[in-house]
Amino acid sequence: MTDYFYLIPLALAIGAVALATFMWSLRSGQYDDLDGAAERILFDDEPRAGSDQIESI
Amino acid sequence: MSCCAPGAGFAAVDQAATADEVLLASREIDDGLRQSDLSVPQIHCGNCIRTVEGTLSALPGVAHARVNLSTRRATIRWRADAPPPPFIEALAQAGYEAHLDDIAAMAGDEQQSELVRALAVAGFASSNIMILSVSVWAGAEPATRDLFHWISALIAVPALVYSGRVFFRSAWRAVSHGRTNMDVPISIGVLLAFGLSLYETAQGGAHAYFDAAISLLFFLLIGRTLDHMMRERARAAVKGLARLAARGALVLDPDGSPTYMPVGEIAAGMTILLAAGERVPVDARVQDGASELDCSLVSGESRPQPVAAGSELQAGTLNLTGPLRIVATAAAKDSFLAEMMRMMEAAEEGRSAYRRIADRAARLYAPVIHLTAFLTFLGWMAVAGDLHRAVTIAIAVLIVTCPCALGLAVPMVQIVASRRLFEKGIMVKDGAAMERLAEIDSVIFDKTGTLTLGNPRLVDADRHAPGALALAAALAAHSRHPYSRALAMAGGTLAPATVSFTDVTERPGCGLEASAGGALYRLGRPEWALGQGAATADRSDAGVVLAKDGASLAAFRFDDRVRAGTSEAIAALEAAGLGVEILSGDRDEPVRRLAALLGVPHAARVSPGGKLAQVEAAAAAGRKVLMVGDGLNDAPALARAHASMAPASAADVGRNAADFVFLRESLLAVPQAIAVARAAQRLVRQNLGLAVAYNVVAVPVAVLGYVTPLVAAIAMSVSSLIVVGNALRLGGGATDDAMAGTARAPAAKPVELAAGGAL
Repeated sequence: MTDYFYLIPLALAIGAVALATFMWSLRSGQYDDLDGAAERILFDDEPRAGSDQIESI
Repeated sequence: MSCCAPGAGFAAVDQAATADEVLLASREIDDGLRQSDLSVPQIHCGNCIRTVEGTLSALPGVAHARVNLSTRRATIRWRADAPPPPFIEALAQAGYEAHLDDIAAMAGDEQQSELVRALAVAGFASSNIMILSVSVWAGAEPATRDLFHWISALIAVPALVYSGRVFFRSAWRAVSHGRTNMDVPISIGVLLAFGLSLYETAQGGAHAYFDAAISLLFFLLIGRTLDHMMRERARAAVKGLARLAARGALVLDPDGSPTYMPVGEIAAGMTILLAAGERVPVDARVQDGASELDCSLVSGESRPQPVAAGSELQAGTLNLTGPLRIVATAAAKDSFLAEMMRMMEAAEEGRSAYRRIADRAARLYAPVIHLTAFLTFLGWMAVAGDLHRAVTIAIAVLIVTCPCALGLAVPMVQIVASRRLFEKGIMVKDGAAMERLAEIDSVIFDKTGTLTLGNPRLVDADRHAPGALALAAALAAHSRHPYSRALAMAGGTLAPATVSFTDVTERPGCGLEASAGGALYRLGRPEWALGQGAATADRSDAGVVLAKDGASLAAFRFDDRVRAGTSEAIAALEAAGLGVEILSGDRDEPVRRLAALLGVPHAARVSPGGKLAQVEAAAAAGRKVLMVGDGLNDAPALARAHASMAPASAADVGRNAADFVFLRESLLAVPQAIAVARAAQRLVRQNLGLAVAYNVVAVPVAVLGYVTPLVAAIAMSVSSLIVVGNALRLGGGATDDAMAGTARAPAAKPVELAAGGAL
């Protein structure tokens, strides 16, 4: 019985994290252009838009 | 590699927007940047993304350019301190036709993201509750069971509020207007199931239906979200087409300086400078200049109309050959376009509100299940006298009959059907349109732009010496008159002319004049090109003559090109028992010629109001008319008809009024759309039958009190899967083969259509 006190909150927390991640990805526009994303992954060099992020790391 | 590199510089001749127009359609964002949205319909692969983004980023002043491949749009941010960079021209150079898009139009996605969020929450909640429920079904001891029920309740409450509001809101709207729709029984079922489960949990009871309530929301939201995405996709595709209405115009101030003004601010009496290639923004009178106008979208008239000082112009017509100075005779709100809009609104009110088949089913269904549940309650009260037991069983009846299958039965079929139409280049406005299209019994076609393409074609291209045609084509390339374009296109494949022209001038209403090697070449009206000595016999049948120093080199004849697949489409419609008719605003002669060719009854010189009256008369006689048209003059009839279709080339207003828009040239889209709509209607009926059959089995079990949460979960899932599986049959199978057969052998089509009608 005591296992429940860890396992159930853990299961729910994992689910909630997945839900929050999905909501975040939805809000940040990652599903706006699915066709485009499928093509862009094949580009060798993402022009400027991507390089900003790399520099900031 | 070059899958998408059309002739560079060929596109966007009409579309070239002025800097003022770009500024007017852009929006200010922070950091001193402005944002413009372009619709670029030709983007369709990764290569296009790179070319378009590369071209735009290379322009000075552009801070950021990003292409959205799904919606075929490009978003550009540019520095506001400089005039807008020439995006459209740059893209035209790269071979992409682009036009300005309204940024405000992007706001439509709000509803979709709400649905997706509600779906995600329902998915999370239902899967977690289901994990707990399986443990309970597996035989948990009472203390564990109660704990799991409480946790389920905790997860269910936010999911019910967040995801359920989509249904509750719609149900409340229906009820408060004294109607019912499918969301009413859904909402009642879900809420009662939740209430009962909460009570049972508090009492330490064995059965709770949290899983059933939340899975039901999850399943229904899947259907609803897919439905919305499909429609959104079609809407975006239609919106990506060229805008035909003028956005603004160059107005001359009293002191003589030109200002670019939005159409809405133009008042009667203002003087407007109208360049060749621009559309007339408001009703106006010509003050100065001569030109020819393309009225095909406004009146259906297929021949360019010459205009000179004093001529009255209707808003929406296209100025072809020469610059004009015009005086506005009406503001935009009183112009021809606005008048058509008003007629359309009135016509839409005349179209009796169509009740969706799902809503009609719900109207029968909801009272029946609610009455059954109530009778079950009374029955158990009479037999056992146990209030708690009677309520539990009555609610179990509601849960089992809760229209999961019924809620999915119609949208699933329509999603699959609209996907299939989308693949054929036909966009559907909504599911109701598909239901109406399946019911039609006669078809009325417009002529110019619908049965024909609305632009002339050289009819006797192979009769001319290649040299003369190449010469004419080289000269014609300097003009945007429809005849010149047809000549340029016909001569495009030939070896280029060896003569190089100088001093090319266009004489509005006459033709083109140029000199080369000391000789004077003229391409245009016979009486003008050949001078005074023209033989009258030549005049009647030759549209355009190419002359060198007054001597005829070649005479060209033109005809409006009939849309591909027209006669096959008409034959298919007639074979399916549909009445076909042509109503045109054009002159009698071309209409009669086309009608004779196709063998259908016709009426010419029909005014917009006349078309509307014809459609209304047919409706009053109990006929269900499909109107197919493209022009502004068709818009009221499109809005009034039982169902309506428009080609992609239609005027904005017509396209927005139509239920279906077909993007490809072939008119076979009309019988194809009808066939798919009828096949979909057949599957919808089957699905509704399946849902009824399911209830015939499930209700007695529930009434007798044998339903547990496990039984309810299995019954609901199975019925939903069967309905979805049946809907997917539309994707392949019989209809697909018949369709494929149509493309090759038109004779196959009527059989398919007739079969669709019989079932």
